[in-house]
Amino acid sequence: MLVRRRRRILVAGKGIKREFREGPLAFARVEARGLTKRYGDREALRGVSFGADAGEQVAIIGPNGAGKTTLLSILAGILRPDEGEVALGGGAVGWVPQQAALYRRLTVEENLLLFARLERHPDPHASCREMLELTGLGERRGEIVARLSGGNQQRINIAIGLLARPAVLLLDEPSVGLDPRQRARLWEFVSGLAGGGTTVIFSTHDIQEAERYGGRLLVLADGEALFDGPAEELREAVRREAPEAADRDFETAFVAFLHHRGH
Amino acid sequence: MRWLLLKDVQILRRSPLQSALLVLYPVLIAVLVGFAISRGPEKPRVAFLNEVPQNSRIFVGGQKLPQANVQGRICKKVECVPVHSKAEAEDKVSSGEVLAALVLPEDLINKINSLSTLTPGTPEVEVIVNEEDPVKAGLVNDRITALMAQANLAIARRIANEGSHYLKLVIEGGKLPVLGSTIHILGLQASARILAALEPALPPGPLRSSLAQVTEFADQAGENLDIAGPLIDRLAEPIKVDKVVVGGSSPPLEVFAIAVAATFTLAFVTVLLVAGSLALEREENAFSRLVRGLVSETELLGEKVLLGVAVGLVVTLLMLAGLQIFVPLEWNRIGLWLAAIVVGGAALAAAGAALGALAREVRAVSLLAFMVTLPIAFLSLIPSGAIGADLYSVIKVIAALFPFKPALEALTGALDSSGPSIGGPLLHLAILLVAYLAIARLALRRFAAV
Repeated sequence: MLVRRRRRILVAGKGIKREFREGPLAFARVEARGLTKRYGDREALRGVSFGADAGEQVAIIGPNGAGKTTLLSILAGILRPDEGEVALGGGAVGWVPQQAALYRRLTVEENLLLFARLERHPDPHASCREMLELTGLGERRGEIVARLSGGNQQRINIAIGLLARPAVLLLDEPSVGLDPRQRARLWEFVSGLAGGGTTVIFSTHDIQEAERYGGRLLVLADGEALFDGPAEELREAVRREAPEAADRDFETAFVAFLHHRGH
Repeated sequence: MRWLLLKDVQILRRSPLQSALLVLYPVLIAVLVGFAISRGPEKPRVAFLNEVPQNSRIFVGGQKLPQANVQGRICKKVECVPVHSKAEAEDKVSSGEVLAALVLPEDLINKINSLSTLTPGTPEVEVIVNEEDPVKAGLVNDRITALMAQANLAIARRIANEGSHYLKLVIEGGKLPVLGSTIHILGLQASARILAALEPALPPGPLRSSLAQVTEFADQAGENLDIAGPLIDRLAEPIKVDKVVVGGSSPPLEVFAIAVAATFTLAFVTVLLVAGSLALEREENAFSRLVRGLVSETELLGEKVLLGVAVGLVVTLLMLAGLQIFVPLEWNRIGLWLAAIVVGGAALAAAGAALGALAREVRAVSLLAFMVTLPIAFLSLIPSGAIGADLYSVIKVIAALFPFKPALEALTGALDSSGPSIGGPLLHLAILLVAYLAIARLALRRFAAV
């Protein structure tokens, strides 16, 4: 079913209540067509199209100002596209913003309970317990969030995004500020969700991370989609278009590829 | 909405300083205002130097006024600090120990007495003031001018009374004490009667017609000078004030003071709390998460207004309860108090929401809310006629656009039965509530983009 994104966002803005669905996560395909977003004279996105199947992990990569956050915000329903449409195959969309979106003066448990109640969970305490178990923060449930490390705050941030039992999970640079061990735990957790059928779309600056955890890569630069495909195909494209950097590490080769494309 | 409200209360509880301020602020204001209005204004301290000789007396119509009257009258209105020299008086004024110094010179009584002679002098008193502070200088000037006006009026009344007494003596006749003895004054009316009785005894002719003219003059003089009596009385106070109230009803001053203090508290608590709380949603990045279908922007604004009204109501009632210790309040009007506080608080909270929607940082929003609320609250207290008409018109418009003034009017009317009606202010507040909510919603959409 193809739904105009503009319409969906308007509906969300009018405060139509979400119906919480119990039971296993729903599976959904996401499809974006010709998304364009302008901030004044600047085009943040220029006709971007891509799709992601249920259980797929798509990494959006690109330099600063490429349009990664704008694209995710449109998919999440926070921003309206000026042109184009987004189709969702049903189910909720979980949103994990780049900066932890939670109340730092509340405890871990109070944050999870609040959002579970706002999501209209039939048993918010049970959902809260489930998320505490999932994030491994059960023993720190009573701690004020402001006193937790950035990594632990990010775990709660993701847990809140999962409270809606989303069919599609959108993560904006989720590993920023995490140490290697926390990163590993995060990706293990996210990969587990994808393995269970959740469509995961995340943005990152880390090319190695994108290559390792993104089943598919979407390369954005200056609001334009330059590449959409598996990491191996991107390596092939890099070798083809920037042969002088083909033998260098993937990040250097990727920068050369962007340069070759005029970015 | 109730879960968001619970969350905001939990956050408030986690900020001990903020919670303490919310309780201590109204208590402190209540105590200060209570003391101020229950003790009344204290008399200004004025250094008093009396150089008039002890035995000098003011003579009015041959009568002596006791000297203590002059000093007594002055020291009733101000707290007199006796000094022994002009230099001492100047020192006390310079040091700020007294507001001003009043010097009665040695020749003051002689000059006052000369007023009833053919060579009247100009009695003068000397006032020493320190004008380093223009506000203080204005206050001293007003006090001393009022004091002198009262002294002049008292003397003028006494002289006018004596004038009337003499006039009555000329018309009606009577006894007049002169140099220790008493002489009898016949009076115009008795003279006219005697002359009229003599007139028939005279034969017709020039003498009788002359006597008739004198009799007629005595009659007319007696009748017409009778009118002059009230005129002389009026000389002392030619213009009397007849106050006609054409608009507004004024409650007692202490009730107005309580209403001002309570409205200040309500305004600061609601505007700052709601503006800060809304900005916090964005500072914590929770706003975008909330409005993605969990709550609508309107619901979020409604929750913030509810929070502001609830906290504002508790704090304002706490303050009024504290003031009850100093000034009895009409608790039987509590229904009207609640209406004024709730509607006023809602409009102020909506204004806070509009301010809170403009910026992302709590500190910036708090500063903005403070910078808007304080001057507008002060402007709202300026009465008409105190400044130029054009400037007042501008201030009136500004005050009408912010809920402080209508909230003050509503609370003043609610607190006292002699206060203004609260219907108009409540309607004004309801309109502002809707307008500010609309602005806040627009601002959230405009400025809340990721």
